[in-house]
This record gives sequence, structure tokens and C-alpha cells, in this order.
Amino acid sequence: MTIDRRLKAVLRVFTGLVLVIVYTPLVLVFVNSFNVDRTFTWPPPGYTLDWWDLAIHSSGARDALVTSIEVALLATAIALVLGTLAGLALRRTRFFGRNVVSLLIILPIALPGIVTGIALNNAFRTMLGLELGFFTIVVAHATFCIVTVFNNVQARVQRLGPSLEQASADLGAGPFKTFRLVTFPMLRSALLAGALLAFGLSFDEIVVTTFTAGPDIQTLPIWIFQNLFRPNQAPVVNVVAAVLVLLSAVPIYLAQRLSGDVVNTSAAP
Amino acid sequence: MTSPAHTAPARAKKPERGSLLSRSGGLRTFVLLLPPMMWLGVAYLAALAALFITSLWGQNDFTGDIERIWTLDNYRQIWEIPVYRTIAFRTIGIAALVTVIDAVLAFPIALYMAKVASPRVRRLLVISVLMPLWASYLVKAYAWRGMFSDGGVIDWLGKPFGIQSPGYGLAATTITLAYLWLPYMILPVYAGLERVPDSLFEASGDLGAGALTTIRRVVLPMAFPAIVAGSIFTFSLSLGDFIAVTIVGGASQLIGTVVYTNVGVANNLPFAAAYATIPVVVMLVYLYAVRRTGALENL
Repeated sequence: MTIDRRLKAVLRVFTGLVLVIVYTPLVLVFVNSFNVDRTFTWPPPGYTLDWWDLAIHSSGARDALVTSIEVALLATAIALVLGTLAGLALRRTRFFGRNVVSLLIILPIALPGIVTGIALNNAFRTMLGLELGFFTIVVAHATFCIVTVFNNVQARVQRLGPSLEQASADLGAGPFKTFRLVTFPMLRSALLAGALLAFGLSFDEIVVTTFTAGPDIQTLPIWIFQNLFRPNQAPVVNVVAAVLVLLSAVPIYLAQRLSGDVVNTSAAP
Repeated sequence: MTSPAHTAPARAKKPERGSLLSRSGGLRTFVLLLPPMMWLGVAYLAALAALFITSLWGQNDFTGDIERIWTLDNYRQIWEIPVYRTIAFRTIGIAALVTVIDAVLAFPIALYMAKVASPRVRRLLVISVLMPLWASYLVKAYAWRGMFSDGGVIDWLGKPFGIQSPGYGLAATTITLAYLWLPYMILPVYAGLERVPDSLFEASGDLGAGALTTIRRVVLPMAFPAIVAGSIFTFSLSLGDFIAVTIVGGASQLIGTVVYTNVGVANNLPFAAAYATIPVVVMLVYLYAVRRTGALENL
């Protein structure tokens, strides 16, 4: 590498500085969850565990958490099926309309969330006459989660090529047997990575959710957003936020375990 | 919608063996694509089309019901009422500013990760960049509320230097948005820089270029598609945001908040639909403008 030492040092300091800035607010949330003061003056005048106790017994937060997990699981399951199908369909490098299909899959996430949200809100309410609720959230989340599974599956099948499946067919396996014994095991870690991303995306989503959740159903982000500006709920919200910050290490750890690389790019030669 | 079945005859000449439904490549593609395309076509494209149609409908001022009469009134209002025009331009300006800030911050970090750091440090850095991405978006916006608050951390840190927190407003919104979307810029730029072969640095150095010249003349042009790819995320995400601005923006209005209040409190869905087409049009123009840079392959 011919980057001179001074520039290297500058880059190193800069990277360190930005990372400090990136993590400061997250640490702050965590520390503030013990802050005695309800308005979070800094530095904290004292520390307490009261807010954690309150949060653990907050039924609103707990119900919202359960809803969030249910929505994310269902949306991930749908995205897994649809994303895998689309990924397998597009494995042939050339066919008419290939770009259209890719674009259509990326669109729900490429367009601003508010557009996806209001479009689905309008379709559900005005066009289909449906009541907004659990079902509409799942449909909305599945729509923008397809892309994560699709990307992972597509990258995998393109890297591995068709030769293993051809060998399987030559040895007399039918299409479904080949899928079960060759294609699926080949895709497994890509599917897990895609599912993990889909789950994370759904679990965290608030913009589309705001427009597709009915008044009497709350995912965790919606619950946080609605309680954020209520002064007496602020400490509890802060504890939930702190828990979510801590939980964000879990998918990273899982991704490390599952695929050995956190993003596909980090293992690229 | 294009029909993949058209390609069936061409595929028949060179059948692909072995994989699911391999009898006919075209038929297989069609069958595999049918469910996802039905979903996206029905649930999504139709919804987008319906949104556009709704934006051309009016609303009864008294009952608040949608009236299915064709009208361009909603669009006329956006153009003629100065507040809406201002908010639209303000939002685009903030989205552009956020994108520039993120590009400027991300490039040195990505360069360090891709070309300077040892493999071990690189791995750690990738994780450190990804971690906040997994932390809830809402929580991060909320975290900045604590930073900017009166008597909060920024006030406390800045006191010795006479710096005060800008308070809740557009500056806080811009900073928070830049913070939120930074990883979306770092990751593609890092991936793009990793693909730049080391030999190019050496060649440039051998030809007498200093480090900065090499970066400006060799590395930046090669990283450009990746930066544009990242900018699609930062720009699009900023255009549609209404959460961050609600949390740290004080009373400031952006496109997102106007749409939000018109769907909810004001209950004027046709106008909200019309206003929401602004970010769509802006994004389509942007995607069209950058399609030749190769950014779309870098997504």
C-alpha cells in the first residue's frame, strides 16, 4: 500500500472520531435509563433502577413487543418464500424483463417509506375497504422484506452456478429431490442471512407501520413513538430504547456465527 | 408487466438441466416468478397506481369523504400555496445536504477500512459500522433528542467552548438524519473501494502522484458509482422521513410531516397522495440521472 503514513494517521483518527460520535448517543440512551432526573439533564444528578422496574411491568411495552415479534416472524416467512422464488427465477442471467423484475422487488425499499406507507394505506382502506390491523401490517412488511431474501438468494445461486444441480439430475434425481437435497442445502446460509435481515427490517420499521396499523394495534416502535412525548412515560421509553440498543448486538452475533461474514462484501477477495 | 413466457422458445434450444421445473427454462421462470410478481404487482404496484389516482380525486369539505371526481386541484394547491412549495424545496435541500455530509464522512472511513486497516481491524470496523444499523432507527433518533435537549450532552460538552446545542429544529434534523443514514453510505463505498486493486495505488505512486492526487484522480472516480449508490439510500430515506423531524425538529415541517398530518389529523388523503408524489418524482428523476454511473449495479 502506498498511502503515506501521515494520511494513514489522519484516516485513522478521523475514523475513530466518527465512531465515537456514532456510539455516543447510544451510550447516552443506556446511561439515561438509570438517570434519576425525568428530563435527562446531563450529567445525571443520580442513578436509579426504578425505571427498569417500571418498564418490566409495563404491559403496553410487553404487548407491543409480542406484536412486533409476531409481525416480524410472519413477514419474514412470506418474504422467504417469495424472495426465494424470485431469486431462483432470476438465476438465468438473460431474459426479457429481468431488470423490470429486479426493479419491482427493490422499489418498496427504494421509494421513501412514506410513499409505500400511504400507498398501502390508501389501497387497504379506500380501494379494498379493509380495516387496518395486524393483517395489513404483515402484508406491508412482507412487501418490503422480499428484497433482502431475494438479494441473498440471487447472490448465492449466481456464485455457485448450476453444475451441482445438473450433477444431481444426471444421477437420476427428480426436480423436487434435487431441490431438497442439493439446492436447498446450498441456499441455507443465504436464506438465514436474508431472513435475519428481513426480521430486523420488520422489527424496526415504523414509517410504513404507522400508515398500515390500525388504532388498536401497536408494534414496539409505534408504542415508543406514541409514548415518546408523554413526560411521565419518558423514563420507561428510555429503558425500552436501551434494551433495543443492547439487543442490536444479537443479529450481528448471529450473522457472524451463521455465515462467517457480516456482509457479503467483507469476504470478497 | 412483461411476460417471461415469451422467452420459452429461445430457451428450449439449450435446456438447463437439474433444477426445479427444469423441463422448460421459460416455463420454470414463469412459474417461479408468478407468486412474487402477483404479490408485488397486486399489493404494491396496484397500490402505487391507486395512490396516484386518489391524488386526482377531490374531497368534500364538509363530510371529509373522498369524492371520486377527477380534478387537478390537489396539485394546483401544492404549487400555488407558498408554504407547500417551501416545504418541498426545504425537504429536497435537507436530503441533499444529508447526502453530502454522509458522503464526506463515509469516504475517509471506507478508505481506511478497505485499504489501510489490517484484516482484523477491518472486521471489527465492519461490525462497528453495522451495529448501529441494527439498533432501532427510532431509538437512534430518540437518542439525539437526549443529545440536543436543553441541558443535554451537547450543551454540557460545548459549555467550555461557548457552544450551545442548536435546540430542536432543522439543524438538529439534518444532523440526526445524517447520523441515521451514515452506515448506508459507508457500506457501499467500502465495498466499492475494496474492489479497487492495490496495484492502481502503486501505479499512480510510481507515476509520481502523491497520496492526495492518487485519491482525487484514481480512487474517487472509481468509488464514484458506489458513492452514488449510497446516495440513493441517504437521499431517498431523508426525503420520506417524518419520524426524525417529529422527534428532533421541533415545529419544523418536511414533506413527510405534511403527508402524515394529511392522512391522520387533517384526513385529506387525496392531498396527501398528491404531496407524496413529490418524493417519488424526485427519486425517479434522481435514479434516471444516475443510471449511467453504474450506481444501480452497486446497490
